[in-house]
Amino acid sequence: MLKLENVTYTYQPNGPFEKTAVRDVNLQVELGEFVGIIGHTGSGKSTLIQMLNALIKPTSGKVFVDNVATTEKGANLRDIRFKVGLVMQYPEYQLFEETIYKDIAFGPKNMGLGESEIDRRVRASAQLVGIGEELLEKSPFEISGGQKRRVAIAGVLAMEPKVLILDEPTAGLDPIGREEILCKIRDMHRETGIAVILISHSMEDVARYANRIIVMNKGQIAADDTPDAIFAQVEMLESIGLSVPQITKIAEGLNRRGFALPSGIHDLQTGKFEILKAIEGVKPC
Amino acid sequence: MLRDITLGQYFPAESVIHRLDPRVKIMLTLAYIVVIFLIRNFVGYGVLFVATAFIVWLSKVPPKFMLKGLRPLLFFILLTAILNLFMTDGHEIFRLGFIRITYEGIIGAAFMVLRITFLIVASSLLTLTTTPIRLTDGLERLLNPFKKIGLPAHELAMMMTIALRFIPTLLEETDKIMKAQSARGSDFESRNVLRRAKAMIPILVPLFISAFRRADELATAMECRCYRGGEGRTRLNALKMTELDMHAIMFMILFVVLIVGANRVTWEIIWPIFY
Ligand SMILES: Nc1ncnc2c1ncn2[C@@H]1O[C@H](COP(=O)(O)OP(=O)(O)OP(=O)(O)O)[C@@H](O)[C@H]1O
Ligand SMILES: [Mg+2]
Repeated sequence: MLKLENVTYTYQPNGPFEKTAVRDVNLQVELGEFVGIIGHTGSGKSTLIQMLNALIKPTSGKVFVDNVATTEKGANLRDIRFKVGLVMQYPEYQLFEETIYKDIAFGPKNMGLGESEIDRRVRASAQLVGIGEELLEKSPFEISGGQKRRVAIAGVLAMEPKVLILDEPTAGLDPIGREEILCKIRDMHRETGIAVILISHSMEDVARYANRIIVMNKGQIAADDTPDAIFAQVEMLESIGLSVPQITKIAEGLNRRGFALPSGIHDLQTGKFEILKAIEGVKPC
Repeated sequence: MLRDITLGQYFPAESVIHRLDPRVKIMLTLAYIVVIFLIRNFVGYGVLFVATAFIVWLSKVPPKFMLKGLRPLLFFILLTAILNLFMTDGHEIFRLGFIRITYEGIIGAAFMVLRITFLIVASSLLTLTTTPIRLTDGLERLLNPFKKIGLPAHELAMMMTIALRFIPTLLEETDKIMKAQSARGSDFESRNVLRRAKAMIPILVPLFISAFRRADELATAMECRCYRGGEGRTRLNALKMTELDMHAIMFMILFVVLIVGANRVTWEIIWPIFY
């Protein structure tokens, strides 16, 4: 579905502020995957994903969406953007319409859909992000910051893209709210088989929802593997300024004190199970 | 694309031009601009070119970078040249229907292009080598004497500082909003002018809202830190004139003398050199 070949992106090339944000990245993402991207601040995550829906074009290398290169002459960029839906980092500022309903309908309308289909999509995506019917006729400027975030996410969900990219969608949301939204997105991912790419600074979130994790460091891919394999490399993650989920740390600590838990434990359920199993083996003295 | 405009940008480097006192730099730039309009012949422009090239070399700003700043204004420069070329009366040398080109027209057009080019180079050189903060500091100090006649020098300078400070922020914000709306299918590349104009609304609304919000927040933040205008305010980095500034002023005087001299050079003086 998505394919990147030797992709490099440089901001303001040849200027005094030249900055290569993404360097020689090769990557492939297929439908049905739930990919988590983690990386230190400034490691190029946002830059990378903006190339996936042709908002920016690689300085060198190629990005293919459904076998169409975004740099190709005459490539239909709008089409690509409808296929690859991107929720930008802090997307609240994209709201502009008179009502929340109209704002969520902006994307589907641009796609040229019919009135009834738009209505269905707006209501479905509003419900998915937890925006109640009673809010739909309100102005997007008189709701709270968290609600704005949800409306902005709904605006992209309503386009029903084949690949959904979320750039730190839950930064600044309350803990219950973030779990709610991410759970709903995972449910949708399971039902519809779309691909989801989630950027997050929360190792817990990534560990919990993704079935593949990409680690970015200084514009390059430092690792690309399953969560089990990624979180087994505690030292590598810490050397590039990342950490591991709490439960992984607990398991590590126990191992250092003489337990033999499997490495790469990253979710609470498995963690609890493995720890209990290990403790039962220990005879109280 | 919005970032290609270099006019008004700062180019960080270590050079004598960067180190000059901003007050001196502003005054010298003004003097330079006056001189541009005093020049009466090509000899003068030759002197101007050499002097300017020397200053650009001293400033360590790559000439390519300077010339990039001319590009957005190319259309304007060409337009003035064409207007001058066709609209000047004088000795006719060529005629095609109602179009006539005169000797005075050619000279006038050439002078106009040279003047505008040097004008832009000089003003970009000022902003390229002076941080906005130092620039407004210098301006404030230069306007200080006019406070007595009621000119709010400090407030003007503060307004300028804030405006300059927020230009990149607003550009960045515009960029971000444009991206977010493109991701939802806004069509900025459409051939249809009406559709393109309509695509501006989803950009302008959030842009204005965030600009107002920012202004509000900045005002609050300034008040929280007890800002109350210029009265009794001291500076962290007081401006000081150095020997370097004296050299610059001397260079300028020499330059003016040379230009005045060049103005006296006429064809009658140049002819005998060649024959
Ligand atoms: N518009 C821009 N112009 C110039 N440089 C930029 C621009 N946007 C980002 N950069 C630079 O590119 C690098 C990568 O930025 P990017 O936004 O992709 O990082 P990120 O991984 O998304 O970080 P974060 O976790 O903070 O969102 C940074 O060093 C940044 O300074
Ligand atoms: Mg980012």
